[in-house]
Amino acid sequence: MFSSDGRRVIAAWIALSLVVTPLVVLLLGPSLPPGKASVQGSEQVFDNTWLMGITTPIVCLLVVFFAFTLARHRHAGGELVDGPPLRNDNQVQVLWIAITSVTVMFLAGFGTYELLQNGSGGGQGPNPIAVPNGSKLQVQVIGQQWQFTYRYPSYGGLETPQLVLPADTQIELHVTSLDVIHSFWAYELGIKADANPGVDNIAFLKTKGPGTFHVRCSELCGLWHGYMFDNGRVIPQSQFAAWVKQQQRDFAPIAKYLPAYAKTYYPDPQRRAG
Amino acid sequence: MTVARRLVGFNLLTACLLGIGGWYVGWFAAHGVVGPSLEYFGSVDFNELSIVMAYLCGVLGFLIGLGFLNYPFARLRGYPPSLREKETQGASRYFGLCTDHKVVGIQYLVGIGFFFFIGGLNAMLIRTELLRPDHQVWPAGTYLTIVGLHGTMMMGMMTSGILGPFGNYFIPILIGARRMAFPRIEALTFWLLMAGGVILETAIFFGGFPTGWTGYQPLGTQANPGIDCYYIFFALVGISMTLLGLNMIATIVTMRAPGLTWTRLPIFVWGVLSTSTLMVLAAPVLIATLSMAILDRTAQTNFFIPAQGGSTYLYENLFWVFGHPEVYVLALPGFAIVLEILPVFARKPLWGYRLAVGGLLGVSLLSFFVWQHHLFFSGINGDLRPFYMFSTELISIPTGFTFLCGMMTLWRGHIRYSVPMLFCLAWFFNFFIGGITGVFLSDTPSDVTTHGSFFSMAHFHYTIMGGLVFTFFAAIYYWVPKMTGLQLNERLAKIHFWTMFVSFNSTFGPLFAAGFMGQPRRVVTYAHGLHFINVWVSISAFVLGASMLLFLYNFVKSLVFDRVPAPADPWGSKSVEWQLPSPVPVQNFDRIPTFTGDPYGYGEAGAGPVAVPAGAPAGME
Repeated sequence: MFSSDGRRVIAAWIALSLVVTPLVVLLLGPSLPPGKASVQGSEQVFDNTWLMGITTPIVCLLVVFFAFTLARHRHAGGELVDGPPLRNDNQVQVLWIAITSVTVMFLAGFGTYELLQNGSGGGQGPNPIAVPNGSKLQVQVIGQQWQFTYRYPSYGGLETPQLVLPADTQIELHVTSLDVIHSFWAYELGIKADANPGVDNIAFLKTKGPGTFHVRCSELCGLWHGYMFDNGRVIPQSQFAAWVKQQQRDFAPIAKYLPAYAKTYYPDPQRRAG
Repeated sequence: MTVARRLVGFNLLTACLLGIGGWYVGWFAAHGVVGPSLEYFGSVDFNELSIVMAYLCGVLGFLIGLGFLNYPFARLRGYPPSLREKETQGASRYFGLCTDHKVVGIQYLVGIGFFFFIGGLNAMLIRTELLRPDHQVWPAGTYLTIVGLHGTMMMGMMTSGILGPFGNYFIPILIGARRMAFPRIEALTFWLLMAGGVILETAIFFGGFPTGWTGYQPLGTQANPGIDCYYIFFALVGISMTLLGLNMIATIVTMRAPGLTWTRLPIFVWGVLSTSTLMVLAAPVLIATLSMAILDRTAQTNFFIPAQGGSTYLYENLFWVFGHPEVYVLALPGFAIVLEILPVFARKPLWGYRLAVGGLLGVSLLSFFVWQHHLFFSGINGDLRPFYMFSTELISIPTGFTFLCGMMTLWRGHIRYSVPMLFCLAWFFNFFIGGITGVFLSDTPSDVTTHGSFFSMAHFHYTIMGGLVFTFFAAIYYWVPKMTGLQLNERLAKIHFWTMFVSFNSTFGPLFAAGFMGQPRRVVTYAHGLHFINVWVSISAFVLGASMLLFLYNFVKSLVFDRVPAPADPWGSKSVEWQLPSPVPVQNFDRIPTFTGDPYGYGEAGAGPVAVPAGAPAGME
């Protein structure tokens, strides 16, 4: 099936893959994003590490093939010489299609499994399919031009300008928008969910230990999109109750101007350009 | 005197004058409709309707000035059908309506090249801003407009980047025909694009637009009047794409010479056919979407305004139903160019012809079923994500066909590293990186980080710039000697290639890391920790820009000043276009040729030139 050159390329490919793949997985794996600040984040690091492990041998194949072919089969100069008129090889075709198909099937299966596990830190829409068991702390994320604010329905619709979450807690994020499309991206937590006006986009999150994380808007939302970022904190559960009390005191003067807690809001008056 | 007489008539000058005249007619007329009184008219500079109407009437005037209505009116008045526009000789053909497909091809090359450079200049301005994490070179609104102009110009104009110049020029020749099926429509597609390009740039007079090339709603509804220029530009591009695609399909299906069976078609023709199919099926969706968006702004409809019953998802879905096939409209011609050029420089037949065709058609078919991977976290159809993840990954199988066919064509060849070949090999490198990073983007959990970040931005620059633009240059270096009859300086071309290849990778490679580290797209400011990466990228981008100037210098120097005649077949190709004199005569063939095989018979005994002249009489139109 393969010529001696062909066997040489395949042997070199396997050897290179066996050396490089573990190196990539072990050395690069731990520094892959988004980090291990949440269960979702850890799962995505695991997922990314696997993807690195799968793609590295493919990279190796191309590297070996092109290094060999381009060096060995270069035209020496002088008169043009035609190569052998090879037009097809069914076995090579079948082998190639089989390998790519198996890889694709594996990737799709793996991705789906990870998605339905905790891997999905993404917004799932109003009717999520992968719902974790147990009790969840609901937090609403409201995008508007150009900041995010957060409401805690279980604490009387308390609204805060900064996201603070209790550690080791299952959280249910409800992402919505007042005006245009934003995208709530909590980088270290492995969370991304678009904020659409009139839509309640739900994402699940299980926090780990205390720490800080970055929040950015990742969907172009107009003039100050670039400045729509913030920091959030994960604090121990014991401190969280105290933090809530503090916030309720601090924002008491303006709390009465807030609309009642709802899944979605529309700004009033409903204005438009045109 | 003669010059002055030439300026009068249906040409570009008249078209521009009528275009500007039409603009004001539309503007006044719309004010007449909207403005209830003279007081209103006096106090309002413009309104949405007046801008839209002004541009539509301007385009109409532009087309009338070029003479697109002459032929229909002549037919109505009883004149016989003819291609009189084709018979004109001389340089003035290039400045007006011409139905010679070779003239249109060169018009496309220069016109698209011009707007490509403008889009590239915008990229330089973007990178200038990102030299510093927070200091603003441009005000935030100006920056967003620059980002939008760059993206829209590249995505809109470059859809015809290969089909326009090289499809129009070479498809009739490769299939042994004397013209395209619809020569006036062919010319129309070009002039619509040119009108559109100018209209898009005029957005800066109306406050620019903040939406990037996607024009998401309701941001678009809320935006400055500049966004009307974006809508009209993209709608014109959509019309141009649809017509171009229809014309290509009609030509390839009906006008092939005797003996040119489907399995003997050059692979480039297959590439054009599959791309055209995408254009015809996808671009009308774009036209409809943008029409709805324009109605939202002008006629107070509510297709996309959630507070009044519209849906943001409707726009996102419609846009990406067009938008994802669109990116393959950009990528597929690149595949075809690579497979067309590799056999010539490897001196081997194209390996696995049927597989290569299957790959092209497979990609074009599958590209209609993946669009929601742009909306993984939008909150629409969370339960359909596994399907879209699967269909997206499935596309790598037909793409893999192209890789296999290309790699096996190189295998045991006698490879010459001429400039077109270097660009094709660079395609393998770039598109492979683009493809392999696509694995991370298609995987939904991994996409949480990469979606909307610089990672995805680097990914599509690898696939589109590394895929389309590199093959665009491959095609230029390969075919321009045939189109002009003149050689391009090879030493400068090699310097251009290496500068472009190295600086391209140095620009977009590090951006994968920037995305992984959390830099979102289209931001005017970024984290201080990413400063070094961004400075590195900006400097590389400036070198990349300089390599384009080097190309321009070579192009002008070789074609205007040096003018070294090119031999009829400088590459030793067996394809039919190289058997014709350079540049190709107006009628292409004295006699319509008969094909006896495909153009890839390298190393095969007795395989002569691909086409032999048949006994058909010359001069039939």
